[in-house]
Amino acid sequence: MAGLDFKAPEAREQEDAAVVAHNTRLGLVLFAVYVAFYGSFMALSAFRPAAMSRPFLGGVNLAVVYGFALIAAAIVLALLYMRICRKAK
Amino acid sequence: MIHATSLTAVLIFLFFAGIVLAISFYLGSRAKSASGYFAAGGGIHWAVNGIAFAGDYLSAASFLGICGMIAFFGYDGFLYSIGYLAGWIVALFIVAEPLKRLGRFTFADALDNKFNSRGIKLAAAISTLVVSCFYLIPQMVGAGALVQPLLGFPHYVGVIGVGLIVTLIVTTAGMVSTTWVQFIKGSLLVVLCAVITVMILWRGLSTKPTDAAGRPVHIAQRNVPAAEITGAPGAVVLPEDGAWAGKPYLRVRDAAGRVSVWRREGAALLAETQTMMVRADGSKLVNGLPRGKGAGEADLYPVGYASKLAGGVEETGPLGPLAFLRTLQQSEVILWSSDKIAEADGGTTTIYYQKPTPGSDFMAPGSSPTFRKVRGDKFADKLDFLSLMLALFCGTASLPHILIRYYTVKDQASARKSTVVGIAAIGFFYVLTLYLGLGAMTSGTLDFTDSNMSAPLLARSFNELLFAVISAVAFTTVIGTVSGLIMAASGAVAHDLMTNFLQMKLDDYQKVRAAKIAAVCVGLLAICLGILFSKMNVNFLVGWAFNIAASANLPALVMLLFWKRTTKQGITAAIVVGMVSSLAWILLSAQAFRDVYGLDPTRALVPFSQPAIVTIPLGFLVLIVVSLLTPRHEDNAPRPATA
Repeated sequence: MAGLDFKAPEAREQEDAAVVAHNTRLGLVLFAVYVAFYGSFMALSAFRPAAMSRPFLGGVNLAVVYGFALIAAAIVLALLYMRICRKAK
Repeated sequence: MIHATSLTAVLIFLFFAGIVLAISFYLGSRAKSASGYFAAGGGIHWAVNGIAFAGDYLSAASFLGICGMIAFFGYDGFLYSIGYLAGWIVALFIVAEPLKRLGRFTFADALDNKFNSRGIKLAAAISTLVVSCFYLIPQMVGAGALVQPLLGFPHYVGVIGVGLIVTLIVTTAGMVSTTWVQFIKGSLLVVLCAVITVMILWRGLSTKPTDAAGRPVHIAQRNVPAAEITGAPGAVVLPEDGAWAGKPYLRVRDAAGRVSVWRREGAALLAETQTMMVRADGSKLVNGLPRGKGAGEADLYPVGYASKLAGGVEETGPLGPLAFLRTLQQSEVILWSSDKIAEADGGTTTIYYQKPTPGSDFMAPGSSPTFRKVRGDKFADKLDFLSLMLALFCGTASLPHILIRYYTVKDQASARKSTVVGIAAIGFFYVLTLYLGLGAMTSGTLDFTDSNMSAPLLARSFNELLFAVISAVAFTTVIGTVSGLIMAASGAVAHDLMTNFLQMKLDDYQKVRAAKIAAVCVGLLAICLGILFSKMNVNFLVGWAFNIAASANLPALVMLLFWKRTTKQGITAAIVVGMVSSLAWILLSAQAFRDVYGLDPTRALVPFSQPAIVTIPLGFLVLIVVSLLTPRHEDNAPRPATA
């Protein structure tokens, strides 16, 4: 195998600056969406714990519904990202 | 509790371990190059890698620890599930692609890509080693804790056994075998937990659960008129002397000389307790009798059932996933708390007492002693909770054994796809943890002295075979995670420290050999640490590892990617300051005072136990200040690793 030191040449996928920039920006936007969602959960748990124990959806309380929603949101955002990010050539 | 040794569990575990080792040896005979050893030649399929992410991530602590915490305290355990998963968002959107673009084998590669600085290599390698070791300790402790009750071996045998198997896996085929171990374990774990969840929902809830053989479990008495106990023929009420004075307990010696302890509940009503007395000479009395399974001996009996169900029924029958949660919210479950009393003769008595808890309480944040204060009014009390949630969020994307998995796939698109597969598998599993935990809480098989056993014992409430399989999967879980960690640590030593920092000229063969020797050393170190820390709480240690990883690595990673003015001195300083400050904070915290040194926790030098909320911003601050004070790097365009 050619080259073992750190900067050894190796077959790599081609970089396209526009693709990288587009995906980075998209990643940041989706990240911001999730941070807001997760941050609200932290804030509600810490500062409005009573609200979290009230029934919210189908008799299940807000804490559980919000928790499930955070897990579902992570999966949905991940799928969304995969759909709309640009692929390297 | 004394758990019966399960021969089936031993056999199934040996079967799993055999398969895993066979795969390792087979793959080991094929992988020869350094790239093959460290990164599986970049040739792992993204779907396999995605499930392997889940295998890497769903460690013994997140499986056994979270289930146990939910079974004991309710919703607060689920907070860990939420936080652990949320961390993947940082990994996917911020870290995954640049890391794949910039690095080759290790996380230090990516950080150092722009600068070629020995300082960064050294700092990143050390932080990888520190985080890996902190993450290794709970896995090894968990292995020992499982072996003891299940296979009947002492704790250290479990630790040594797991250490040896793992070292063998890593040294035979490196990242290839590690990946396949993770894949097998990840799929087994998720499928098995899904099956158990369906069984929990099918069984529904009952105020009088039965065990696998159909025998009703012991229901502890409550609201017993005091006169009934004290007035029994030959009963003598013992005086409330010494440490018993002022406590809400009543000790009664019956005609046969057996002492039982009752907890006072309101006027003239008593509730049954369970006691474990350790005499000064080390002998143990359980519920007033010598500890054991034989005649004239007693053992703590299993607990965990609803005392009142919604609608006043005794049994619900099969429930849907939402109905299960709704029913529990409107029900009341008997949880157990404990109290320690120092006896005059030098022994101690631990009293486990019933704590009927309404679902509205245990199904909301703040249900455990750790986060109880979140329901208070003081702002400072809420910081511990916020800090942990922040550490979980930021820690995932900074864990070295997760980061190196990005180098096992061939390109960025594969890195992305495998992360999405990983998130889906892990997210699904974490939803299941809530059902598993609550199922264990009401299964009638809970051991209140060992929360780590909750998930295996839940399986035992269905049947012995399921118990054997889940115990074996739990062992495989430990093996999988530990091999990933040892892999990360050995890469840090051979690639970052020896080749890049010390600039030793190693050829392909020597480098892999160096990594294998490093893996053996880290394996031995892990065995020693696992034995030394055998008394520590597993999930808690994992929380520390996340705090250190997030504080040391995240500021450097993020700023490198998004701030052009970042300098090499800034990165090195941020890693060092983040690592040292979070480590120091943890070692000076109330929890370390109590659990590690055995000192009075009120004398702790820092105001709360989870450092992330202070040390992550500190890392960013140090990076920015040092970068602004040091000269700008002449070439600011990030270049690919191959340039």
